[in-house]
Amino acid sequence: MSVRVQTADFDVAREIAALRAGDTGVGAVATFIGTVRDMNDSARIDGMTLEHYPGMTEAALAEIVAEARARFDIRDALVIHRVGVLAPGDQIVLVAVTSAHRGMAFEACRYVMDLLKTRAPFWKKERTPSGERWVEARESDEKAAQRW
Amino acid sequence: MTNAPASLVATTLRLVYLARLREAFGTAGETLVLAADDSPTVGGVVAALHARGGAWAVELAPGRAVRFAVNHRVAHRDTAVQDGDEVAVFPPVTGG
Repeated sequence: MSVRVQTADFDVAREIAALRAGDTGVGAVATFIGTVRDMNDSARIDGMTLEHYPGMTEAALAEIVAEARARFDIRDALVIHRVGVLAPGDQIVLVAVTSAHRGMAFEACRYVMDLLKTRAPFWKKERTPSGERWVEARESDEKAAQRW
Repeated sequence: MTNAPASLVATTLRLVYLARLREAFGTAGETLVLAADDSPTVGGVVAALHARGGAWAVELAPGRAVRFAVNHRVAHRDTAVQDGDEVAVFPPVTGG
């Protein structure tokens, strides 16, 4: 299990290969990749800056992954979240989960993302043609986390 | 060291403000000394900041969505704080 917060981009194929390496008990790999959209709330998005709370972020992500491991029968899990200045199309977050069968991998991957959206201390500030604005938290994200 | 009751000892906290609240307050953080008659909780910290008026009163008004952490763990208004704790005050998170 590992969690990383970094400014650099990540190579999904390489990360999955590393996650699976040496474990032939893996029969399923589920991944989620979040990317920067060029539109949000009817405004063109020229890019965004992602801020986090160093120290708490890593602990919060590790706790979420530990909860997923306790709750679902998975082999391993990885979370990478980028911070800093990002452009439309850039990768923001990777969640990858390995398990023996697909059901647990899918479920655990969704669980980690749903909790990350409401518990991990990241904040997005968007750049639009009319200036910068902080992204507001969505009610639907809170509901998605409460579903579990 | 004295053996004064905890309630009589001033509680010195490291406050951290993040994202939109850092900008609204105009600072990334500060040292706050809770008075002996302030509640030694996150709620007591909020009350002390709110009493400053201005952006503090606006952003920390009842009903505003504000989140907290004490020593990097999710906290709530009734969470106790102790001398030396780091208390973070921030808006609902928007990562992912």
